[in-house]
Amino acid sequence: MQRRSLIKAFTLSASIAAMGLSWTVQAAETIKVGILHSLSGTMAISETSLKDMALMTIDEINAKGGVLGKQLEPVVVDPASNWPLFAERGRQLLTQDKVAVTFGCWTSVSRKSVLPVYEELNGLLFYPVQYEGEEMSPNVFYTGAAPNQQAIPAVEYLLSEDGGGAKRFFLLGTDYVYPRTTNKILRAFLHSKGVQDKDIEEVYTPFGHSDYQTIVANIKKFSAGGKTAVVSTVNGDSNVPFYKELANQGIEATDVPVVAFSVGEEELRGIDTKPLVGHLAAWNYFQSVENPVNEKFVADWKAYAKAKKLPNADTVVTNDPMEATYVGIHMWAQAVEKAGTTDVDKVRAAMAGQEFAAPSGFTLKMDEKNHHLHKPVMIGEVQDDGQFSVVWETDGPIRAQPWSPYIEGNDKKGDTPVKSN
Amino acid sequence: MPYAFARILLSLLLLLPLAAQAGEADDFVAASATQQAKLLESWAAMPDLKRQPLLDALQQGRVAADGDKRAFVETDAGYRAAEGDAEPQGTPRKLRLNNRLRGLIANAQASHGLLAEDAAVRLSAARQLQKSAQPAQLPLLAQAQAREDDDAVRDALTLALANLQLVDANPAVRLAAVRLLGETGEPLARTRLENLLEPGVESDAGVRTAAETSLAQVKRKLLIGELLGQAFSGMSLGSILLLAALGLAITFGLLGVINMAHGEMLMLGAYSTYMVQILFQRFAPEALALYPLVALPVAFCVTAVIGMALERTVIRHLYGRPLETLLATWGISLILIQLVRVLFGAQNVEVANPYWLSGGIQVLPNLVLPYNRIVIIGFALAVVVLTWLLLNKTRLGLNVRAVTQNRNMAACCGVPTGRVDMLAFGLGSGIAGLGGVALSQIGNVGPDLGQSYIIDSFLVVVLGGVGQLAGSVMAAFGLGIANKILEPQIGAVLGKILILALIILFIQKRPQGLFALKGRVID
Repeated sequence: MQRRSLIKAFTLSASIAAMGLSWTVQAAETIKVGILHSLSGTMAISETSLKDMALMTIDEINAKGGVLGKQLEPVVVDPASNWPLFAERGRQLLTQDKVAVTFGCWTSVSRKSVLPVYEELNGLLFYPVQYEGEEMSPNVFYTGAAPNQQAIPAVEYLLSEDGGGAKRFFLLGTDYVYPRTTNKILRAFLHSKGVQDKDIEEVYTPFGHSDYQTIVANIKKFSAGGKTAVVSTVNGDSNVPFYKELANQGIEATDVPVVAFSVGEEELRGIDTKPLVGHLAAWNYFQSVENPVNEKFVADWKAYAKAKKLPNADTVVTNDPMEATYVGIHMWAQAVEKAGTTDVDKVRAAMAGQEFAAPSGFTLKMDEKNHHLHKPVMIGEVQDDGQFSVVWETDGPIRAQPWSPYIEGNDKKGDTPVKSN
Repeated sequence: MPYAFARILLSLLLLLPLAAQAGEADDFVAASATQQAKLLESWAAMPDLKRQPLLDALQQGRVAADGDKRAFVETDAGYRAAEGDAEPQGTPRKLRLNNRLRGLIANAQASHGLLAEDAAVRLSAARQLQKSAQPAQLPLLAQAQAREDDDAVRDALTLALANLQLVDANPAVRLAAVRLLGETGEPLARTRLENLLEPGVESDAGVRTAAETSLAQVKRKLLIGELLGQAFSGMSLGSILLLAALGLAITFGLLGVINMAHGEMLMLGAYSTYMVQILFQRFAPEALALYPLVALPVAFCVTAVIGMALERTVIRHLYGRPLETLLATWGISLILIQLVRVLFGAQNVEVANPYWLSGGIQVLPNLVLPYNRIVIIGFALAVVVLTWLLLNKTRLGLNVRAVTQNRNMAACCGVPTGRVDMLAFGLGSGIAGLGGVALSQIGNVGPDLGQSYIIDSFLVVVLGGVGQLAGSVMAAFGLGIANKILEPQIGAVLGKILILALIILFIQKRPQGLFALKGRVID
């Protein structure tokens, strides 16, 4: 009896040891990479494609032999568009899965939710979406645009002769932190250009708003007072009813152009774009950009979508946050190669000044100090096939100003990242 | 001042033929954006019918430039030289236009349109010029007006001219222009008159008084348009709420099933529309415009069958247990959402408005009624009437009402209650499917479509009074109009909160809703 239980105990412990062994062996062979994007809920519409893009990039790196001779192993979790769940899943990635780096988040509120976790556990997060600035954490690398890389150049364009020489501005947004902060910055910027408060109107709608009749009627009324442009920070699928209403009430881009900061190729997939031709969007990349890197990028993505049988694989498009994800993962891999380790502190140091030839057609550089990418700014016009044609772009990449000079008190903030708490 | 500008343009024009041996199209293509704008302005001031094909091509975005910077026009058979018959050097690239150039092209087109034979073309040109005419075009407009023999076109031109004559040197001309502007209800006339009344702009006292009168006149006309617009958008929102809630008024209101999967029936109706559209695109592209009409019966049948299947398999076993029904139907809604996500993807799908549902009709200068909303209001009312007839004039309706009022007694009288339950649930689901077709024409079609309407639907039914169709109709239009009256005052976000708070208060005061069933019918 006793012997049998001894044998049992022995086999059990041996198997546990073997399991543990195989675990460590496997861990030695791969580097774990966390992917933290909502695959269900309201944001699934935008974030699902970022998850797929991250997986494609990891496949691409693995096919070339991985990083430091090891394969990358993606760990995909679903925070389900639930902001507190982002923090929980982030903690799980860092403490249980022990990922070397995480790529994830879309909305600013989800980033703000995981930030304390990554700072506490000294994790590394790559954030791929344009945002309102006002943040610079040592544990985050921001590969999307800061306000001076998107919002301000776009409004400058609208003020210029080619952009129509707008005199009045209708700032329309979804009611949360990104549109409110962006509009605060834009208002200060417009003041500095001599636009008065009576020529600026600020309007917010709830998430998922679908009845834009009153707002479009107000835009019409407002635009009778002089050359008007609409600056839209409407997020998510509210954009579809908004643009439909614009077209139906007969507002054309030649009269009142709308420049959007959160509408890209992916969002236009659900809209008939013929009535929208001429409306604008400001980004750092468009699928229609012509250069060899982008041709390969788009072709790879289409082939990947087909091979993995993604939904609607025949109509997939690339967009700015997808490009930022792609660039971010490659830069991280380069930095790990340079540092010779995945240790967060060493990789952080190695990220400074890292360069990558991006699909936007420019060689992008990670700033030596402020954890933001130097990016070119492009303004594109909606075409009838749902793509954008670039009507204006900067000569080259410009440096990010995460602390916008148009918000009071920011001149005292430093140029290097500090933990927020 | 405007004349000085015109003179500069004229002298530029005189110089042009000397500089431009290559022809206007080639010049335009080779020019920078700023020069192109200048060219278009000069063309607008001095229209020439020979330029018409070029302008047409520009407006349609068919002009391209080849390697030698010569202009080509895209045709069905490839690229054709705009001037001469040269072959393109390399593949021509489409000319890149921006919004400013597009506006100038439209203006130049209008100038040329004034020379057209067809009075309708001249009229639309004159209307365009009311908005976009520049001081340099004043002599042209004056000439065109003097030789015009069609009354409508002449009136339109007089108005276009009046906009420019506000800064005329002669006070009498200014006075006439101001009086004329007062008779229009144009939003732009208001701004022009207001600018005129700014201190130091208008020196003549008589003109100032006339401007004040005209301004009041214009404002009154604009106010009427605004009020009508608000009433219309309230009606439109109400009709959408009604379509979303009508199916629920039957499944929840009459049958008493707390049907959390109601929103998904709307969603399935919208996806049926999408499928019908795809089939039309593939098999009958020439009849594509008619797809919403075909989608109606399809969506009704699809959702009705799914609804009946649900009733027979799940809900039947849960009658009299509201809590379990709530949980079970909520589970069903999650399953349906996920199913659609697996089949069609998490992305929204594109449901395009056919041409007869796009655009709108201009009723007043500041009031455009979109066709899709007009049609949906009519459709909502038609569905209500049909449902009412079905419930009150048919045997099925009689049975449904009998079962709702007293299940046991109805069963005793020989009404097959189980079958009636199934058919009534199918009817409610089918009407939700019809609502889905309508919703697909104004909003997004995605797996989450139902989620955004389920709360509104319950609000309408509960507010209207459970068990009453008329209550739902009143509640839907009431909510729609109240929402649209509040929104301009306090914004969309606060407006929504305030409406919710008001409904909670109202339900506290009157739990049975707007209309309550009378008599001994409540079990």
